Amino acid sequence: MGIFAFSAPDPCNAFITRIPEAEYGDGKLAGVSIAVKDNISTKGIQTTCGSKILEGYVPPYDAHVVELLRAEGAAILGKTNMDEFGMGTTTENSAYGPTLNPADRERVPGGSSGGSAAAVASGMVRMALGTDTGGSIRCPAAFCGIVGMKPTYGRVSRYGLVAYANSLEQIGPMAANVPDISLLMGVLTCHDPRDSTSIIAPYTHTPDPDIHGLKVGVPEEYFGKGVDPRVASTVWEGISLLERLGAEIITCRMPSMDYALAAYYVTCMSEASSNLARFDGVRYGPPADPKKQWHESFQERRRDGFGKEVRRRVMLGTFALSSGYYGKYYAKAQSARRNVAADFSRLFSEVDVLAGPTMPTIAFRLGEKSDPLSMYLSDILTVPANLAGVPAISVPCGKVDGMPVGLQIMGRWCADERVIDVAYAFEEGVSA
Amino acid sequence: MSSVSGSPAFQAVEGDEEVIIGLEVHCQLDTKTKLFCGCSTDYRDDGPNTHVCPICLGLPGSLPAVNRKAVEFALKVAKALNCRVLEESEFSRKNYFYPDLNKGFQISQYDKPLAVEGWLRIEGDDGEKTVRITRVHMEEDPGRLVHKGGADRPKYTLVDYNRAGIPLIEMVTEPDIRSPKEARRFLNKLRATLEYLGVFDSEKEGSLRVDANISIQPRGWFEAHGKGMEGRGRTEVKNISSYKGVEKALTFEITRQKNLIRRGQRLETATRHFVETRGVTTASRSKEMEQDYRYFPEPDLVPLRVSDWCERIVLPELPDARQNRFMDEYGCSYNHARTLTGDLRVAEFYEKVAAVDPRIAATWVADTLLGELNYRDMNIAKVSPSHFIELLQMLKEDVITDKSAVEVLRVILDQLAEGCQCEAPSSCVARLNLAKTADDGLDAVIEEVMREHPQAVEDFHNGRKEALNFLVGQVMRKTRGRVDPGDVNRRLREILPPGGT
Ligand SMILES: [Zn+2]
Repeated sequence: MGIFAFSAPDPCNAFITRIPEAEYGDGKLAGVSIAVKDNISTKGIQTTCGSKILEGYVPPYDAHVVELLRAEGAAILGKTNMDEFGMGTTTENSAYGPTLNPADRERVPGGSSGGSAAAVASGMVRMALGTDTGGSIRCPAAFCGIVGMKPTYGRVSRYGLVAYANSLEQIGPMAANVPDISLLMGVLTCHDPRDSTSIIAPYTHTPDPDIHGLKVGVPEEYFGKGVDPRVASTVWEGISLLERLGAEIITCRMPSMDYALAAYYVTCMSEASSNLARFDGVRYGPPADPKKQWHESFQERRRDGFGKEVRRRVMLGTFALSSGYYGKYYAKAQSARRNVAADFSRLFSEVDVLAGPTMPTIAFRLGEKSDPLSMYLSDILTVPANLAGVPAISVPCGKVDGMPVGLQIMGRWCADERVIDVAYAFEEGVSA
Repeated sequence: MSSVSGSPAFQAVEGDEEVIIGLEVHCQLDTKTKLFCGCSTDYRDDGPNTHVCPICLGLPGSLPAVNRKAVEFALKVAKALNCRVLEESEFSRKNYFYPDLNKGFQISQYDKPLAVEGWLRIEGDDGEKTVRITRVHMEEDPGRLVHKGGADRPKYTLVDYNRAGIPLIEMVTEPDIRSPKEARRFLNKLRATLEYLGVFDSEKEGSLRVDANISIQPRGWFEAHGKGMEGRGRTEVKNISSYKGVEKALTFEITRQKNLIRRGQRLETATRHFVETRGVTTASRSKEMEQDYRYFPEPDLVPLRVSDWCERIVLPELPDARQNRFMDEYGCSYNHARTLTGDLRVAEFYEKVAAVDPRIAATWVADTLLGELNYRDMNIAKVSPSHFIELLQMLKEDVITDKSAVEVLRVILDQLAEGCQCEAPSSCVARLNLAKTADDGLDAVIEEVMREHPQAVEDFHNGRKEALNFLVGQVMRKTRGRVDPGDVNRRLREILPPGGT
C-alpha cells in the first residue's frame, strides 16, 4: 500500500493524462508502475481515446483489466496517447499531438499504442497496457524496442475497452522484457462474464526457455515485397538464433496474405462506423446546437469532433455496410477472414509457431506516412493474427540504422504460453 | 406462374375488394432485468434515468451480455406460436441516428431471427382461421423522448434511458388478416397467449406497439399473385400503441385508401403515422422510408444455439386448451368458454368463483360482470373473488333476484371505480333491503294490490288474461323488484278466484 509519486518528465508526449500521486495496493503488482492506453475506461480518470469528441469524458466505471490491475496492487500512473480511437500506425493521429519515438524523436513510435510503448521504452513506467486491433501493440513495441503481446482473442476481457473493431481487438501487455509480459498476462487473463466473447483460460504459466525440437514456420510472404531487406536480414538472423537454440526452421507459405489486408480494413472500418455512432453530441463532448434541427446538429458535432482519419474510416465503413454493397465488401471480408484462419490452422498442423518480422520497416519519420494507403500497407504483417484471433508477440531483435526491429512470433489459438516461451528463449539467447 | 397487373387470367369484379393486413407486434417481455444488463425493468413510477448503467446507457467500452430469462421467455413465445426455432440465430446491429438511441444502433435480429414459420388460430370474420407468423425475434427497446413546453411545438426535448434495453419481442405475421376486427381479434388472442405464458403484462403502459401493413386489393388478387396489384401499394401504419388503436387506425386507413381508389388515384407504398388522439393516420416524411439500417452481426455477442433448449421447455395451458377444459370440466357453453378464457385474469377469476355453481358463475362472469366492467373501463383485477362468490351464493340460494344481484354488482363496482373500499354484497343487500320478500310478505303485498285494483281483479275473473300481467307489474313495483316475477305470477293465480268461462 502506498502512493507512487509520478513526476518523470514526458519529452515524447507519451501521456494524455497523468496521475501525479497514484495510489497502489498489495498483490502481484504491488507498487508496479503501469500506464494504461487512453481507450481503456478508468473510473474517475478522463478517457479520451485520443479524440477531441471525448475530451473531458470521465468514465463512471473501470474496465475489467483496470479492476484486475488495481486488485493486484498496481500503481496506475496515467493514460497514454494513441491514434484517435486506435485508427493509425504512428500515433500521429491524436487530438493531443503526436507521440515521439524515445529512440529517435524525429521518428514515430508506431501505433496506435504509441504512448504506451514510448512510456515503457523511455523508462517512465515499468509496464503498460495497449490494445491491438491490427498490430497496435506489436507495431509500437517493434518500433520502440520493447516487448508487446496480442493475446488470443477472448483471453482478455474487452469490457471497458472503447470499441474500434470489436471482432479483432484485444487488450495486451507491453513491457521491457518477456517475464514482465508473462507476469501481466497472469493478471489480465481472468474470465469475465460481462464480455460474451471472453473465454475461460487463465494464464498461470512461468516462461520456459527450452525450445529444443520446436518447429518454427517462416512464411515466405513475411519476407516478400515491401519488406525492407535490412529488416528482413536482421529478422532472419534472429530466426537462426532460434535454430541454434534447438528449434527446427521450416519455410512455408500463407497464400491468404494476398487479401488479408483488404479483409482487415473492410472489417475494422465497418465495425468502427457503427461503434462510433454513439458520439452524436447528445451524451459526450460539447452539446449539439439546440437551435438546429437534430440531423444538422449531430452531423456538425461529428464533423467537428472527429479527426480526418476517423472520418475517413467511418465513411468507408458506412459505405461497406450499406445495402447493395454489404455482400461485396463486408460479407466478402468475412469469408476472406475464414480463409486466413484456415491458412493458420493448416500451418499449425505442421509447425508449432510462425516467425517473421513484426513490421516491414523501421519506424517512419514524423509525417512520412502522409498517404493513408501506404500507412495501411505497413500493417500487412500484423493483421493476419487479428483476423485469425491467434496470439502474437513482438520481441526486440537487433537494430537497423540505430532503430529497433521486432521479431514477431505467432502461435496456435490459446497457445499464448508457447508464444511467450519462444520469445523468452529468444530474449535469453540474445543476452547470452 | 402468376404475372403482375393486367394478367388475363384474373378478372376483378368491379367494387368487389378485400383488405389485406399484416401486423408487426412489439411486446415488452416481462423480465425482472433488462435484455443486456442487470438494471431493473420496473421503472414506470421512478424518475428519469434512474434505472441505468454503463451498458444500457451505451457508455463507451460497455458490452452487452444476453439475459437468459429473456431468451427463455422468447422461446416460450416461439413455441406457443408453433414456430421453428433456428439452429443458430444471431443478434445484429440496426444502425440509425436518433437521440433516444444510446449507442447509435439498436441490437436486434435480422437475417437469423430466433424463430420462423409459426401460426396462431383466431376467430376470423368467417369462423376459425389461421394467421401465419413469419418470424419472431428479440431486440432492445430504445430510450424515450420527453418533449417539454407544448405538445405541438416543444421548446426542448429530454431523453430518458430508463426504457433503454428493456427486452422486446417482435412478432411479424403474414398478410393473412382481412379486416380491422380480425386484427383486433388476433391481437387479443396474441395478448392472451403471451399472458398465459407469463412473459407479458399488457397492463403496463407502453408494453405493446404495433405497426400494421394494409392495402386494398381486388378480391382474390392477393392470393392469386402473392402480392398486391400495381398501383395498390400498401401503407405501413406505425406507432400504434393500443389494442383499440389498431382497429381505429386500420378502419381509418381503409376509408382513406378506398376514397383514393374511387378517385382513380394510384396508391404508392408509404409509411404513415397513427395519431392516437385524433384517430387518424398522417403521412411521414419520405426520408424515413429510405432509411438504410446497415445491419451486420453484433460482434460483441456470440450466436444463440437454443433450439434444443426450446424442445425442453414445457408450456403452460394456453387459451385454446383452457377453453376446451372449461367446456368439459365446468360445462360452459362454447361462447362462454371462449369469453372466459380470452383473458388470463378473467379465466383465473372464473376458476376462483366457479365452485359455487359453474353455470351460474359462467353466465354472471362472462355476460354480466364483463359487461359492467367494460362499461366502466375497469379491470377485473379490482374485483374481489370472495365478494363475487358471496353474490353468486345469494343467487344460488335464491336470497336475491337476478335484478337485485345486478344492482348490488353495480353499486360495488361504482364504489371500486371511485377508488373506495367496497362493501360486502351481503351488507349491500341488507342496506338496500334487497333480500327477496318472504312469501308471507308477498301475500300481504298481493292482497294490498288486489284491494287497490278491484277492477283488474274483476277483469281477470271475467277472463281477461292481460289483467294478470297488470297485477304482477303492480306487485313488482311495490316490492321494487325484490320478488321473482314468476313467483308473483304463480301466487296470484293461486289467490285469485279462477277466471271465467
Ligand atoms: Zn443497465
